[in-house]
Amino acid sequence: MNRYAKNGILTKQEMILLKRAHICIVGCGGLGGYIMEMLSRVGVGKLTLIDGDVFDETNLNRQLLSLTHNLGQYKVEVARARIKSVNPEVKINIHKVYFNKENARDLIDDATLVIDALDSIEIRKILQDVCETMDVPLIHGAIAGWYGQVTTIFPGDKTLDRLYTTNKDKGIETDLGNPSFTPATVASMQVSEAIKVLINKKELLRNKILYIDLLDNEFHILPI
Amino acid sequence: MNVEVRLFATFRNDRGKKVFVEMEKPTPEKVLLSLGIKEEDVAILLINGLDGAFSTELVEGDYLSVFPPVGGG
Repeated sequence: MNRYAKNGILTKQEMILLKRAHICIVGCGGLGGYIMEMLSRVGVGKLTLIDGDVFDETNLNRQLLSLTHNLGQYKVEVARARIKSVNPEVKINIHKVYFNKENARDLIDDATLVIDALDSIEIRKILQDVCETMDVPLIHGAIAGWYGQVTTIFPGDKTLDRLYTTNKDKGIETDLGNPSFTPATVASMQVSEAIKVLINKKELLRNKILYIDLLDNEFHILPI
Repeated sequence: MNVEVRLFATFRNDRGKKVFVEMEKPTPEKVLLSLGIKEEDVAILLINGLDGAFSTELVEGDYLSVFPPVGGG
């Protein structure tokens, strides 16, 4: 099919694996917008999108799907329309709710992989726990100013417990904010990790974290 | 004893990429506090490039790497 003619790095069998995959994206803001764009273009079969928020003016500097004419609209509704116009082959579930401990299992449902695009450390830890219980791999990403990080978490790894050891819900993004280019960078790394998990490629960022510094152009892979 | 500290992201502000701290019986906690960095502000602490604890008694030649927490989405 011409749509996937430029997916040359992926074999037919691997494209079938992507087509059969169901990825749940938790959070549809800075990271989530880019992540769903890339996953729908590459040919993932089914996406579940979770976010209870609407677009506002402060999203315009970085969130791919926020536009001056859709402020006030639910992010997941805008996202569904976008994905349909990008790739109508993708099946889409949307949930206009905030992910929490109570609704977690129902929302993740039968997803084969989950992507963390949240902005709360506390909720991320809940997401990690639920993914472990449901035996689903989780791709973590986070951003702050010039900086970002990515790690791939399998059930039992509990990587976030070692990464976020205090009770603080936010990191240095509170002071630095988030510009347009950092979410795009980190989202790309999360998507490539997700694809590798789905097609069983090696060299994942498992039990290690990629720490990205776009200010000094440094990329560190750290044991954790 | 002289301890090398490699700083990352915002820890570099006003400190640079690398500093040396002269201290007797150093631990990461004491060394970092001397630089104004509290344990609660550190996400990743490495000793000689490996995951480390704040209470570890450092020996000659040990170096620290510290990264602040990143949590936005």
